[in-house]
Amino acid sequence: MLADKDRIFTNLYGQLDPMLQGARERGVWDCTGDMIALGRDELLTRVKASNLRGRGGAGFPTGLKWSFMPKESSAKPHYLVVNADESEPGTCKDREIMRNDPHRLLEGMLVAGYAMGANTGYIYIRGEFFSEASNVQKAIDEAYKAGLIGKNACKSGWDFDIHLHRGAGAYICGEETALLESLEGKKGQPRLKPPFPAACGLYGCPTTVNNVETVAVVPEILRRGVDWWLNLGLPNNHGTKIFSISGHVNKPCNVEEEMGIPLKALIEKHAGGVVGGWGNLQAIIPGGSSVPCLTPDVCDDVTMDFDTLRGLQSGLGTAAVIVINKDADMIEAIERLAHFYMHERCGQCTPCREGTGWMYRVLKRMVRGDAEVGEIDMLHDVSKQIEGHTICALGDAAAWPIQGLIRNFRPLIEERLSTDELKVAAE
Amino acid sequence: MPKAIVDGVEVEFDAGMSVLQVAERAGAEIPRFCYHERLSVAGNCRMCLVEIEDARGMAPKPVASCAFPASDGLQIHTKTDIVKKAREGVMEFLLINHPLDCPICDQGGECDLQDQAVAFGAGNSRFEENKRAVEPKYMGPLIKTIMTRCIQCTRCVRFATEVAGVEELGLLNRGENAEISSIEKSISSELSGNLVDICPVGALTSKPYAFNARPWELRKTESIDVMDAVGSNIRVDARGKAVMRVLPRLNEDINEEWISDKTRHAVDGLARQRLDRPYMRRSGKLEPVTWDEALSAVSNKINSSQPEKIAAIMGDQCAAEEMFALKTLMDSVGVKSIDCRQDGSTASIADRSHYTLAGGISAIEDADAILLIGANPRLDAPIIGARIRKRFLEGGLRVGALGIPHDQTYQVDWLGENFDDLTKLKVASAGFAKVLKEAKKPLIIVGAAALRGETGSALLQTASQLAEKVDAIRDDWHGFGVLQLAASRVAGLDLGCVPSNGGLTTDQILCDADKFDLVYLLAADELDTDKLAKTFVVYQGHHGDAGATVADIILPGAAYTEKSGTFVNTEGRVQQGKLVVFPPGEAREDWRIIRALSAKLGKSLSFDNLTDLRAQMVQASSNLSLVGSLAQPTWASVETDDTLPAGSFPTSIDNFYMTCPISRASETMAECTSALIHRADKLAAE
Repeated sequence: MLADKDRIFTNLYGQLDPMLQGARERGVWDCTGDMIALGRDELLTRVKASNLRGRGGAGFPTGLKWSFMPKESSAKPHYLVVNADESEPGTCKDREIMRNDPHRLLEGMLVAGYAMGANTGYIYIRGEFFSEASNVQKAIDEAYKAGLIGKNACKSGWDFDIHLHRGAGAYICGEETALLESLEGKKGQPRLKPPFPAACGLYGCPTTVNNVETVAVVPEILRRGVDWWLNLGLPNNHGTKIFSISGHVNKPCNVEEEMGIPLKALIEKHAGGVVGGWGNLQAIIPGGSSVPCLTPDVCDDVTMDFDTLRGLQSGLGTAAVIVINKDADMIEAIERLAHFYMHERCGQCTPCREGTGWMYRVLKRMVRGDAEVGEIDMLHDVSKQIEGHTICALGDAAAWPIQGLIRNFRPLIEERLSTDELKVAAE
Repeated sequence: MPKAIVDGVEVEFDAGMSVLQVAERAGAEIPRFCYHERLSVAGNCRMCLVEIEDARGMAPKPVASCAFPASDGLQIHTKTDIVKKAREGVMEFLLINHPLDCPICDQGGECDLQDQAVAFGAGNSRFEENKRAVEPKYMGPLIKTIMTRCIQCTRCVRFATEVAGVEELGLLNRGENAEISSIEKSISSELSGNLVDICPVGALTSKPYAFNARPWELRKTESIDVMDAVGSNIRVDARGKAVMRVLPRLNEDINEEWISDKTRHAVDGLARQRLDRPYMRRSGKLEPVTWDEALSAVSNKINSSQPEKIAAIMGDQCAAEEMFALKTLMDSVGVKSIDCRQDGSTASIADRSHYTLAGGISAIEDADAILLIGANPRLDAPIIGARIRKRFLEGGLRVGALGIPHDQTYQVDWLGENFDDLTKLKVASAGFAKVLKEAKKPLIIVGAAALRGETGSALLQTASQLAEKVDAIRDDWHGFGVLQLAASRVAGLDLGCVPSNGGLTTDQILCDADKFDLVYLLAADELDTDKLAKTFVVYQGHHGDAGATVADIILPGAAYTEKSGTFVNTEGRVQQGKLVVFPPGEAREDWRIIRALSAKLGKSLSFDNLTDLRAQMVQASSNLSLVGSLAQPTWASVETDDTLPAGSFPTSIDNFYMTCPISRASETMAECTSALIHRADKLAAE
């Protein structure tokens, strides 16, 4: 359990002043100039040593990602882009950071920008986040006024500008290269990789795209020291993490907790337990809508970290825990997600464009019981034909929940497809 | 050179090649839909997935080979089970929403999707939902759309944006609802017909050719186009006696794999307004006669006229053979007023570099500054326009132009519309003159239209002096040339079909038309035929166009698809077109008509077949001996005493879609004119 003194996001619930004065009281912008004075190499070394893993879903080591940026500044500018297009169903952590503690993000951007040689940072914020965008903009204005960013930011000698860009509400623009396309004013379609953004990103220049939470925790790691961070969590999964708990729990919430907290403890302690008790649990999606679900027997003692969940063929993702109890129709729940992915795919590449619609339609029939048992295998096969064959990860994200459903709930589907009464009832 | 291993076979490749290109070099077949050599890489069809393996081991998932750069020591696996399964999967996805309407699809038989489904598909479908249907879109008179068949490969979008230079196509909407659309507008490109070729399925098909023929019914003949002076390599498909369609043929030096819309779609004009039997004017009315009567009448008229009172003008689409035959015959009669320049040009032809683009079309890709003088490549020769655009997109090219401003699809510095703007440019040292001077490979292209009339030589001289001044003519670089408009022109000039020893030029002949006893028009229609109203005119040609209306005797000849003819394009490259179908009715190959006339005159030409004719023709001009490749460019300064008077550059082409008897007779070209030219005029007026 995370002690209060170890919390980073002390205003996660917005009880305190989110703006500059309140932020300063919480320790934000404290000795930021000194962090920059450490120099680029030392900063990179420390972030690498902290073993911070990206909070956007994939869990890629942040220090390593930053080190992909060219060491020497060439004629091309470097860019830091913050991915604030948080649109994954179930995930709502970045939103709270930007609404209640925007200065943590700005401070992190300055440090991260300096570490990668970028003088410009962009925040690409989800279009629907209206008040979040106005808070961030207000914070940017405050920070400029206070000399914290802009020319000679925090008197460090480093110039750093931050621009806020509001998206138009497309899920696919949360994919980093689609985000860059959209930021450039083009249609939000993912780019082919390679080249990766670190070599050829925004406007063809070296770019790093980071999640809001990733960037926001960096200054605190540096302030409190890498050892403090490493002492939290499990090996290779250090530090704190904001968990968004939603679904059939008594008290849905966002909470900052230690990495590797047992899932059951997380739900019982912070979310008031499952509606109808732990015994009424049907499944949990542990990391946002795109990861495969877990069955109750697994949920009993699983810990919430990248490696454990990956080992269980699921994933920590964005740590958005969606709890589903036995009142819900599991097939319908996944069908709803399949519809989401069908609606949000960009239509660029074949497997995802054609496959997501196919999967949704088959699932829709399965909900009604209007399908053959043999179609379960076909559905699984179709999801495998999408997975790993697409330009971006949306294809995988669309395939995984369905694979999870089939892997964990095959008897349920089989029963549905062979029950004649249900068929009649549906008609 | 880096090496890769493709399915166990080691192959060397050039740095920068993609995995797909390397695999192809090793002989592996990689299916693809969205990938096209001449377009940017989209990587969206996912059909070309292969597995790769490097020092770190096998990549975790298959990669799109079209987009993945090959590296030294890379192992490429194209035949593994994973690859096979991935291809089958993608194929299945492509087909689930693709209609099974192959029997009524014009692409049937030459469809990439069909072929690859057979070769790489699983052979069955598990899809039981309703298929998606998409409304057809309007894209103009040339392109028929059945968008339900579209597989969203975006080749058309990339072609329009990159090659044609018109950003009028796009992928609307998202996901399953994605649709290609031009927002119900005609594609305003002279290259739009190529969209049909690059579409791998039957979504974009040729509107004029719709439901006309199946590919396996067609007789395919490789030939040369005559709609402009580019000499595009074409394949003419015919069924029975009818030419059904024209398709491009690959020639990297000339047209790459594109052809203009006129080249492709004017061919329906070959079946209309044809002269299919000899006619003679009797009491003001053209009446059908036999060949014997017609030739006797021409022969009698020639015999009863003084050679000084006879003139011959040759048209824009004549093959070298008939021009040579006519010139030889006229020489033997003693006629001096022979001219193959029906546009009235009198510019110097002292050296071949004065009337050709001797450096070659592909040299455009090396140029770093181009000056267009009175040339409008977009209309004069869309293929050359596309080449300049291609070079422009690579970056580092500046284009300047003298003449009437016109959207060229690339950025152009317009430097003035008057002749004296050229004189000023010649003496200037700043502005575009500086750009040319500093360029390593400057290229100056003079449009044939600018050389019309009396001022041609002076203009050519000024332009060539500018070329010499900016060092465009060197041993290693030939940066000066003329962009001809007519397919026949360079061959005519090579053969010396110009007035000699006091003979008159086209303009002079027309001016003094009344003084001539006989004017022989060899398929010459692009001139002011009203001036010939009172003159005895023999018209030998294939269409009932301007020339035929003033003719007193009509000798029906053959269009370019109906004869084996030699054409020299604007670069000076000699190419041979082939007979596809026989001329209609009693019409004959043109050189045979002239040969028969010579016999009637008692001055039989000394060849009886094409081989002998060509042998003599090559003797007359060695330029014509080198078929296919390009001769080493020569250079001589333009000598003239004329000075460049005041004047302005003319418009070369008013209506791109109607520039010759064939295109004027074409219904398709008439539709293009009303959809694209008249509509644009109307919009401009509003």
